[in-house]
Amino acid sequence: MGAVKEPMAVMAGQKTGEMGVALTTLEEALEWVAAWGRTRAMWPLLFGLACCAIEMMATQASHYDLSRFGMEIMRASPRQADLMIVAGRVSRKMAPVVRRLYDQMTEPKWVIAMGDCASTGGVFNNYAIVQGVDEIIPVDVYVSGCPPRPEGLIEGILLLHEKIRRGQIRLSR
Amino acid sequence: MAIREGEVQEFTLEQLKHLVSERALRGETILLNMGPQHPSTHGVLRLLVELDGETIVSIVPDIGYLHTGIEKHCESKTYTKIIPLTDRIDYLSPMSNNLAYVMAVEKLMGVEVPLRAQYIRVILTELQRIASHLVWLGTHALDIAAMSVFLYCFREREMILDIFEMVSGQRMMVSYFRVGGLWRDVPEGFEDAVRAFLKLMPSRINEYERLLKRNPLWLRRTKGVGVISPEDAIAWGVTGPSLRGSGVNYDVRKAQPYSSYDHFEFDVPLGENGDVYDRFMVRIEEMRQSLRIIDQALRRLPKGPYITPDRKVTPPPKEELAWSMEALIHHFKFWTEGFSPPPGEVYHAVESPRGEFGVYINSDGSPKPRRVHFRAPSFVNLQALPIMAKGCLVADLVAIIGSIDIVLGEIDR
Amino acid sequence: MSIQEVVEAVRARFGEALQEVIEFRGETTLVVRRESLVELCRFLRDAPACRFNFLSDLCAVDYWPDRPRFAVNYHLYSLPHNLRLRVKVFLEEEDPVVPTVTGIWPTANWHEREVYDLFGIRFEGHPDLRRILLPEDWEGHPLRRDHPLVVEPVQFSFNWREIDSRKPYVKE
Repeated sequence: MGAVKEPMAVMAGQKTGEMGVALTTLEEALEWVAAWGRTRAMWPLLFGLACCAIEMMATQASHYDLSRFGMEIMRASPRQADLMIVAGRVSRKMAPVVRRLYDQMTEPKWVIAMGDCASTGGVFNNYAIVQGVDEIIPVDVYVSGCPPRPEGLIEGILLLHEKIRRGQIRLSR
Repeated sequence: MAIREGEVQEFTLEQLKHLVSERALRGETILLNMGPQHPSTHGVLRLLVELDGETIVSIVPDIGYLHTGIEKHCESKTYTKIIPLTDRIDYLSPMSNNLAYVMAVEKLMGVEVPLRAQYIRVILTELQRIASHLVWLGTHALDIAAMSVFLYCFREREMILDIFEMVSGQRMMVSYFRVGGLWRDVPEGFEDAVRAFLKLMPSRINEYERLLKRNPLWLRRTKGVGVISPEDAIAWGVTGPSLRGSGVNYDVRKAQPYSSYDHFEFDVPLGENGDVYDRFMVRIEEMRQSLRIIDQALRRLPKGPYITPDRKVTPPPKEELAWSMEALIHHFKFWTEGFSPPPGEVYHAVESPRGEFGVYINSDGSPKPRRVHFRAPSFVNLQALPIMAKGCLVADLVAIIGSIDIVLGEIDR
Repeated sequence: MSIQEVVEAVRARFGEALQEVIEFRGETTLVVRRESLVELCRFLRDAPACRFNFLSDLCAVDYWPDRPRFAVNYHLYSLPHNLRLRVKVFLEEEDPVVPTVTGIWPTANWHEREVYDLFGIRFEGHPDLRRILLPEDWEGHPLRRDHPLVVEPVQFSFNWREIDSRKPYVKE
């Protein structure tokens, strides 16, 4: 976005004569368009870990129908995904894999920690489980429940959409 | 920690050479990594596949990506508080896990369970079997690119989850069975909900069967693929539909009936060839038999208590706490300290949707077990994957993995 | 065919090597010496009176701080006779080695790897004794009773630097 902003601003300024006002309006408009685009086709990474993955599948399936929010395409490749739903407990052996998948996703990218295990370790406070996936990757939205109901996951996703709509376009986080 | 130095073994390439064939070392075959993040490994299974062109030469499964330490965790909890942990072992059939665990504790304590509780347990475990098979059918078909079956299966699964939510308040992690009986009696409307399900389900099972059974694409993908002989299956300890698909008649419900399964009439469906198609047909038929069992149990559901009156293993009823000091003390002691079984060890097995699910408990006489071990059927069945898949095409591998119906949660525990 | 006949057959064949027969809640446990374990298992599988052709489960128990410290349990099932039997071997802490039974029941392969991984009991003659559940570079055997349940402090804020320094395993 950085490269685009300047010529656009100059152009806008030449037309209206009032650079500042046009700059903010245009930037706001651009941000609105970008957020609209990002929320309307957010492709999650097809990546389930444990129990929550079954509820994630139920969210996609006929009864709850995630495609209402433009998210029915789960991508198995991290390169094509925007959103990582960490569905389940992350073990010590899995932690490097989760981190690598996150690193492989292209910007902009978001993470939802689905369920108690992914958020805090849940009931498994022991040697094998990473105590919350936020210890290894940054998380945008936490969804509670063990496992969360599909409605809970949908709410988390809508919350993330809201966050994107309100937030600013940034290249890196 | 009393861990001695030098116990961690470092592996050199030399020591791992035996896992693949000689030809791989000469570069004649390809080594392909599959997983742990792969759409059709049903979780976080990782496979190292050795390929000669497209033909599978050998497979080295690598598991443990979901190791949760449940067995260790059980040692720090009282017997009642372990029940929620057992839900999360095989997260597609929490009822079966609960049943295996509470029955093992009941055996250890020598507790009798009221008949009503036994029947309700049977109804719920069989519903769970259908729910688990529905998830299996949906994902298995999805792997072989039959998308629509997935949507149908999850539609019916929601009905079962609604019944579970009705009785326990949770959709998946129910923790409904308690040592000596149930958490509480089934609510009003439970029987009607199950009857409605029983009425609808046979036609739906026929629908799934019609979608796949004679579908030429499905037959080409499943017939004669992933064959395992009965001898191999027994030697490798395979249980459940994967064993019965090879024609071995072993079902814990029939062989060593528990929870009054001997009161009900049902058949054990068997396959002949031991291929993916036979395992598919066995599971489809098992759903019908489960419906039969539920129907009989519901018709003959006796009245009576839902939990044993033996106060040693059950908390006092809530209403007694209001007026009885002894009940209050007992309630407090029960939830803080728990109960102490006699020293000894028991093993109890049930037929979970995936096979023989066994629980081994070793008690030292204190309120916490010395050791709890879960015999997970998927863990053992997965061992047979290299035998089933040898000589198949790499595209068939996803069909074979689907047909064993693994759940990584119970493999890694 | 009843379990008593199996026990009698084993007693007649092995005598001294059979240390103890425990009956508890209708389950029979044969405690045997380590030296005669493989021979006994082969007998149990092949003898027509026994035919325990199915190894249901194999697990270890840590009796710490009691001695002998470890025990390995073999849960056997006989498909032809519909019987269950447990075979138990006690091991000293200084010498946690037991002969493998993979030659008798191939299914013991992963079970023994699991026991090795979580308890550090070594199986002599096992074809592929590696860690199975835990990462290869893990130190210690967590299911031993003197191993703590929780090994790692929890971190309360997100910080890449802190993560990299404290959780090196994340970076591969």
